[in-house]
Amino acid sequence: MSEHHTVPFKTYLSVLILLLFLTVVTVAVAQIDFGAWNTFIAMLIASIKGALVLLYFMHLKYEDKLYWVIFGSGVFFVVLLFFLTKIDIITRVLEVNTL
Amino acid sequence: METKSSPQTKPLAHHFDSHEQQESAGTLGMWLFLCTEILMFGGLFVGYVLYHSLYPEIFKAGATFLNWKKGGINTIVLLISSFTMALSIYYAQKNKMKACRMSLILTLLCGLLFMLIKYMEYSHKMHVGIFPGKFFAYTGEGNVEGLALYFSFYYLMTGLHASHVLAGMGLIGWALYRAFKNKLGPHHYKPLEYVGLFWHLVDLIWIYLFPLLYLVE
Repeated sequence: MSEHHTVPFKTYLSVLILLLFLTVVTVAVAQIDFGAWNTFIAMLIASIKGALVLLYFMHLKYEDKLYWVIFGSGVFFVVLLFFLTKIDIITRVLEVNTL
Repeated sequence: METKSSPQTKPLAHHFDSHEQQESAGTLGMWLFLCTEILMFGGLFVGYVLYHSLYPEIFKAGATFLNWKKGGINTIVLLISSFTMALSIYYAQKNKMKACRMSLILTLLCGLLFMLIKYMEYSHKMHVGIFPGKFFAYTGEGNVEGLALYFSFYYLMTGLHASHVLAGMGLIGWALYRAFKNKLGPHHYKPLEYVGLFWHLVDLIWIYLFPLLYLVE
């Protein structure tokens, strides 16, 4: 384990600049209409930003892999919840009273 | 073995064998807590996305009430605060305690600025009768049937997030107090790291909230 690992100042600064740049990109991209892809593209950029925060600000890149597993399991179950609920909604049969 | 660098400033709880064990247990506990936070916010995110796909016209109408410039400024404020939070740990590791305290104060100020902008947004909406759920009383321009659904999500998600910002500010205040009392240093910066992890998570959630609420229509 990297007990006393110090991330260089330059790394933090580049991550911040990258995050601010991606924020501008998100706002710019939102002005263009991609139809059904709008949410997907916005979530993709947000995930890149989130990964930067996790890897560098939260030191996941330098830490034990165990923390990856813990955090990843939370994300996994949220995704699972989404898909199971989505499947429930799209497979609903509209019942019409024939009487 | 663990060095005896500064025993007064680095306490060891009696149920741990070594500082190394104590610190890895602390980090593990923190990540487990962050996992539960992801699950709590995750339920709201899933609800939001699914209701959005069921009633796109309500969410489209709702999004027009939000000012993306205010949301954007808040995004920038939180990103900078995450940067200064990370710096405070960096300076503590390098034993530059004055710079560490300065970074913490800047982080706290960013949190305050975020809450001020949030307050402006909330008061502006409540002024015209936009309240969550059954208290929804807006009848003006741009109102559509079921708009209260959108604002229930809006208030619940941003409100839960804002309460986390307030909690984070309290924790940063506590860390700052410890820094002033010389209870933090290059060999004892773990409490700062735990506070930082929480603060970064609050930032992480906002990174998803901002495009979802303010930008997607």
